[in-house]
Amino acid sequence: MENQVMADEKTTAVITAIVESHGTSRSELIPILKAVMDELGFISPEAIKQLSARMQLPCSEIQSVATFYRMLSTQPRGKHVIQFCESAPCHVVGGRQILEALKKALDIEPGETTPDNRWTFLTTSCLGVCGIGPVMLVDTDLYGNLEPEQIPHILSRYD
Amino acid sequence: MAFYRSTVLVSVDPICVEKRAYEIIDALHDELIKQGLIDEVRVLETPRLGDPQTEGPDMVVYPEGTHYIKLNKEILPKLVEEHFVKGRILQDYAIPMVRPVDEELAAPKAKEVRVVLRNVGVVDPLNIEDYIANDGYMALGKVLTEMSPEEVIQEVLDAKLRGRGGAGFPTGLKWRFARQAPGDIKYIVCNADEGDPGAFMNRRVLEGDPHSVIEGMIIAAYAIGANQGYVYCRAEYPIAVSTMNLAMKQARTLGLLGENILGSGFSFDLEMRMGAGAFVCGEETALMASIEGGRGEPRVRPPFPAQKGLWGKPTNINNVETYANVPQIILKGAEWFASMGTEKSKGTKTFALAGDVKNTGLIEVPFGITLREIVFDVGNGIKGDKKFKAVQTGGPMGGCIPESLLDLPVDYETLSQVGSIMGSGGMIVMDEGTCMVDIARFFMEFIQEESCGKCVPCRVGTRRILEILQDICAGKGKDDDIETLKMLCTNIKENSLCGLGQGAPNPVVSTLTYFLDEYEAHIYEKRCPAHVCRALIKYEIMDGICTGCTVCARNCPANAITGERKQTHHIDPDLCIKCGICYQLCAFGAITVN
Repeated sequence: MENQVMADEKTTAVITAIVESHGTSRSELIPILKAVMDELGFISPEAIKQLSARMQLPCSEIQSVATFYRMLSTQPRGKHVIQFCESAPCHVVGGRQILEALKKALDIEPGETTPDNRWTFLTTSCLGVCGIGPVMLVDTDLYGNLEPEQIPHILSRYD
Repeated sequence: MAFYRSTVLVSVDPICVEKRAYEIIDALHDELIKQGLIDEVRVLETPRLGDPQTEGPDMVVYPEGTHYIKLNKEILPKLVEEHFVKGRILQDYAIPMVRPVDEELAAPKAKEVRVVLRNVGVVDPLNIEDYIANDGYMALGKVLTEMSPEEVIQEVLDAKLRGRGGAGFPTGLKWRFARQAPGDIKYIVCNADEGDPGAFMNRRVLEGDPHSVIEGMIIAAYAIGANQGYVYCRAEYPIAVSTMNLAMKQARTLGLLGENILGSGFSFDLEMRMGAGAFVCGEETALMASIEGGRGEPRVRPPFPAQKGLWGKPTNINNVETYANVPQIILKGAEWFASMGTEKSKGTKTFALAGDVKNTGLIEVPFGITLREIVFDVGNGIKGDKKFKAVQTGGPMGGCIPESLLDLPVDYETLSQVGSIMGSGGMIVMDEGTCMVDIARFFMEFIQEESCGKCVPCRVGTRRILEILQDICAGKGKDDDIETLKMLCTNIKENSLCGLGQGAPNPVVSTLTYFLDEYEAHIYEKRCPAHVCRALIKYEIMDGICTGCTVCARNCPANAITGERKQTHHIDPDLCIKCGICYQLCAFGAITVN
């Protein structure tokens, strides 16, 4: 119960700050939801409720946008998000081995979050850097020309 | 525009950054200031020079091309003193110059013509002055001082520029519709939501030559009478977004964006908008819905954006490459532009060449070039001297074109006549080892996942097609599958709202047209002629050729191979996972695929 109150207070503080910098115009909804993702790690039901009140939009409307885009999530995500490119150009230059190496290093399947909440492992469509495939994004850092042996080393750079 | 005697490129590859590349840059700046050389030596950041693992942080000094590696900030004073003051190479840190290889964009090959990509890799994208020194914003100056909006539109019409996003609608006509639409408030949008897997032409333009897009947009805004514009870029392109933001800021500082541009009385400003990961947002009505803050779902056209676009106002949407062509058309004239290409498709087109071709990466060729020239001259033929099988154009909604049609000229009409599309410019070359049913399945998987779900034919139809294709590849094809596929394709094409749905059947229709025999082999003979579909192939060891060297048995991950040394080995079909490792490793060619 106490945790819930603290979480709600944090949400209130985050939403207040975001709405202050973005305003409440409808066209800001996607940038706002992205900012919520950055601050809270996901778009919680409480965040949707508060945004609904401040932006004068029905909760259902916000929910429908939040679930439409791949980069927005209504489920909690880990501290770091790995996005692995699964498109054809990466696939044909050894993408499958990288995928296996990631699964092994993280011990989870794509779409899942590690039990310690450190990693969320997602696959993504083309990142447009096919010249240096296979590629992956860790948070906002891009890694290309990947070899399976590099994976543990790259992951160890993140706390 | 300042001129420098030396330019230093410092690698800011993530690994070099971790090895404190920015400290090197700071120390270099400090030292150059101290030596009074800061106006003579320019320091630039670059993604990668050598191998960042072993050499970083590293830098290359031009024009001499000296490559310094394993730098630290302590050595910088000595390096500046030796190299830039005394003119001597600091040998302890220098290695033979390895020419940085641009893995995406090589030097132009014969038969290439660079119009859109002319500045990429040539000008410094982070410095507007570099663009201006290469005739940048001259077209804008000409438009604002010498031309009326109608004249601008006429010039673009005469050039016969067509939309490079894929559909190929005449750009000048689009601008005229938006200009003639009633209303005081109008908008300009740049579609930079380049989502086709394997296509990255627009990203390189945004990252390497952002001002050509901005200049093209300002000219378009002047032509239709818009004062506000948006660049909608996919969030997967963070460098493009930050480069564009910086470029806009620099243009604003010089009075090229904002109020009263170049004292002409015309005002226009630009804003960046980012997607959030949805392929369908590349469709223009879905893109506008996303800018407005909603779900990126397409809507019925008409009304077209030129009548009712963003917030119901007349809006002109063009793709990155289309805008990037505009300044050149204004500067060099419609006649110059129209001298390239075929009767109906003028100018050049960028493609991202990928797949089983020797030279992959970005290319820019004039319309009218044949597919054969692209694959065998620009692309230098098939890797490993295998046989060509098909080329897939137009991204996931495109089609596969067989060898018999390779001599057709590349233009909008020809490609759609043969069942493919121009698309935004992805081009995947496939060799004889490709299974066309498997390829159709692969593209259908992508389309099915990216369908926004609004229309039933696309949402459910693509799923049904995918299921049938999966069954065929798994050896469970049924006699009437081909008929069912054809019917589904027709229904989806005719009843979907947007380009994604209408184009969704193309990969299936084109492979059914040109490679029907492969479908039939899969369905009726349970055989995959290209040996790709795992459920339909069987590895066997041939008696008499096998020497019993045990290499296959030792490397089989499933322990499916048994046999005594110097005796013929045997693969247990129940255990075999068909990974093909034994086939690749056998030095005697004793393993066959059936």
